[in-house]
Formats: sequence, C-alpha cells, structure tokens
Amino acid sequence: MSTNFQLDSPWCLDERVAVRPEPFGALLYNYGNRRLSFLKDPTVLTVVRSLADHPTARSACESAGVSTQAMPAYERALSTLARSAMIRERDGRG
Amino acid sequence: MTVPLLPGPLPLVEHFERGLAAPICLTWELTYACNLSCVHCLSSSGRRDPRELTTAEAAALIDEFERMQVFYVNIGGGEPTVRPDFWDLVDYAVDRRVGVKFSTNGIKITPEVARRLAGSDYVDVQISLDGATQPVNDAVRGPGSYRTAMRAMRALADAGFVGFKLSVVVTRQNASQLDDFAALAAEYGAQLRLTRLRPAGRGASVWHELRPTREQQRAVYDWLISHGENVLTGDSFFHLGGYGQGLPGLNMCGAGRVVCLIDPVGDVYACPFAIHDSFLAGNVRSDGGFARVWRESELFATLRGPQSGGACTSCSAYDACRGGCMAAKFFTGLPLDGPDPECVLGHGEALLERAAASQVAPPRPSPDHSHRTGPVPVTIGKRPSRACDESPLAGFTAR
Repeated sequence: MSTNFQLDSPWCLDERVAVRPEPFGALLYNYGNRRLSFLKDPTVLTVVRSLADHPTARSACESAGVSTQAMPAYERALSTLARSAMIRERDGRG
Repeated sequence: MTVPLLPGPLPLVEHFERGLAAPICLTWELTYACNLSCVHCLSSSGRRDPRELTTAEAAALIDEFERMQVFYVNIGGGEPTVRPDFWDLVDYAVDRRVGVKFSTNGIKITPEVARRLAGSDYVDVQISLDGATQPVNDAVRGPGSYRTAMRAMRALADAGFVGFKLSVVVTRQNASQLDDFAALAAEYGAQLRLTRLRPAGRGASVWHELRPTREQQRAVYDWLISHGENVLTGDSFFHLGGYGQGLPGLNMCGAGRVVCLIDPVGDVYACPFAIHDSFLAGNVRSDGGFARVWRESELFATLRGPQSGGACTSCSAYDACRGGCMAAKFFTGLPLDGPDPECVLGHGEALLERAAASQVAPPRPSPDHSHRTGPVPVTIGKRPSRACDESPLAGFTAR
C-alpha cells in the first residue's frame, strides 16, 4: 500500500494509532513506529477521525467544513500524517 | 516527532508551555534498587526503599495512565528489572495499551527475555552504556558493566529486536567516541541515543570532572546536527541551540509541562533531573492520585505560567536556548532565571566561578539511596597466615 497521499482515495487512521484530545487539537501516537504527531487544528482532528466513514479523504474534509481554498493546506497536513504512518490508505472494500 | 501541521494562532511550543492534559514523556522510576553504583546516577540509586509502591499500587497507577491516555511510560530506576514483579507490570501495562520503554543496564536481558521483548510493538528497551570501550564505560558504571551491556545487546539483536535504544550520557571521557557509539548501535541494529550529563543525584559530585569541555560541547553539537533525526537526544541538548540551527525536537524545558517523574515511593517531580524537594509536586498515593497532581499541583501551575528569562532576556540566543536546563542551574547553585551553567556563550562559566568563590554550597540532591560503600569494620576472622589456607580458623590461636 502506497503512502503517497491522494485526496481522492479512501483513507483511515492506522490501527496502531491512539488519539488524545488536547486544548490545542490533539496528540497522535503510533505504537508501531513510536512516533508522535501533533494536530494543531480541531478541524484536522475531525477529518482524521472521520476518514474511515468517507469514500475519499476529500469527502471527509468537505464534510468537516474545509473550503476549496483551504483544501491544499489540509492535503499537505494529511500527506504529512500519511508519511509518518498515522493514517493509511484503505483498500476498496474497507 | 513531526512538525506542526497547520499554522495556528500560537506556536506549538507555546501550547506545550501551558501544559497538556497528560504528560508526553513520563518517567517512572520503579525502584531505587540497583546492581550497579554508577558515579553519575541521577537518582542516587543503590538500595531499595521500603516505602516503594507495591505491585497493586503500581498496577493502579498503570490503570490511571490508561485513563489519562498516557501513550507510553519510560520506566527506569535504579535497575527496574530487579523488581520481581517487573515483567508482570510490563505485561499489565501493555494489555492496557500503555507502551513501555524501559532503561536497563542489561543484567536481566537473557536470550529468552529478549525473544519475548522482540515480540511486542508496545515494549521498547534502552540499554545504558557510557563508553564505547570497556575502560571508559566501566570507570563510570562499574566493573563488568560493559560486558553486561554487550551481552544484552547481543541477545536483543539475536532475537531480532530491531531498533532498541543504545543510550549514552555524553561525558568528557567519551565525547570523542561518538562515531564508535554510532558504529556499535549499527552493529547491533540499535538506535543511538545521546543525552546530556546533568549535575543531579550523584552526578552533582562528579559533574565538574565528567562534563564535556567547551570544545567538546561544540563538537557534540556539530555531530548531532550532521546526524539529524537518526540520533535521539530526548531533547536534552536544547541549551546548545545558541550555536545556531536548533537541534531536532521541541527545544524547550518540558519540566511539569510535557515531562514529569514519578519516583519509586510515588513522589511526583517536575522532571527526572530534579529530584529535590523544591521540584516535588505531590504523591500518587494522595487523594486524586497522579492525575490530580499533574493537573492541579501548584508547582506545575507555576512552571506552566509565564517564565522570566531574567538575565538572559536581552541575549540574542535566548529564543534558541530559552535559558537552558532548570535542573542544571539549580544543582550548580545558579539562579533559575539566568544562563545555563554550560551556556554556549560562556555566560554560565562566570557565574559558576562566582558561585564557587561565594563558599555557598549548591543544593544537595535529595533523597539518597546509594549503596553504603564506606569501610565496613571487620569484627571476626583474620587474614589467613598463608595464601593457601582454606579454613576460616587458619592462623587463629585461642588464648
């Protein structure tokens, strides 16, 4: 499975990741690679948590209220999370 | 750690300075008992404390970590693996998705144990070694400790445990061996972790002889910059940021904000290098437990409030080093709102000289569980008169 992030593919939170809400957003921790990530924005948190319920990452973003202008910033944020294995691509059935 | 994702109203560091719902980096020293007597031990360990948390209390604390979503704990000591319930506590934590990274001198890492450890995503191991060669290591950690660490690393590597940590405190004696440590780590499939020597615990008494020289300090910084994120530092060299480019990591003092220490008797301190009453926030045995200490302690509230840079505020490097390490200042008798004793611009050296001249002793680390190594008076028996005498009564004549 590729870690190249695609907005129009189905994604989900990696099973080995725990999410802890914080006043500024959230902390993510991946038990598999022992990496920590910070979500500095409550909207990213909403997107990340709802990825699995949407056919594409773009749809999760739109549903969380991300505007077209803001979409590139969220695409970059999600790409970073994909590179550190916080989120992963789902296969078509999942 | 990865970079902040989106620009927000505040830099991430400033959020962290105001404290988090739970610590990111929680060190839990499970026992003061240790088979070694390292000269620079931060916790002055050696003998077990009779008041140490029981197995049931330790398990209840793990339950609390789970409720607070503490992702993982750094277990240390003393030597944590000498506690008979150590492996049960590790299993208990892992079953509750509380990851464990434990620091050990390797004494209990047999091939069998290594195979068990290699099987879990939730357990990480950190082997302590303070010399890339036996003489350099054993001078600090004691005779036999190099061989013990090597045997443990061999067991982990043979068991297929990839990426365990080889943890080194950088000293004047080993600062020239950084490439050798990196080679050792590579040989065993480990990741190298370098940390700063702190004048805490027994380290306070040897700090002046063991701390790197200024030239070495600069070389360590350059070495870390060139090795980037491949070498871990636990953020411990953020006081070197004043040399220029910041090192990977948060580069801030996390004491009471993102970091804390729970000691074997349940006392909660602001950081692992500040085991002293001045930095004691509470005890996990009190009402409300650890969560209440973390969230409500007055000491932690103070540490999360605005800090004064004091004498450092006007310095051009202040944004990079943020005044350095609170514990290093405290145990060398320097003001907390001034420069770090190892300030890269040399402002600490002048203060150290003045502190030494003032004849005022810096604060003593408390508590002390060191092995009692003073002379033990011998009341019975005598040296045998001949080397080959095996009888304990040899040479003894009743009067």
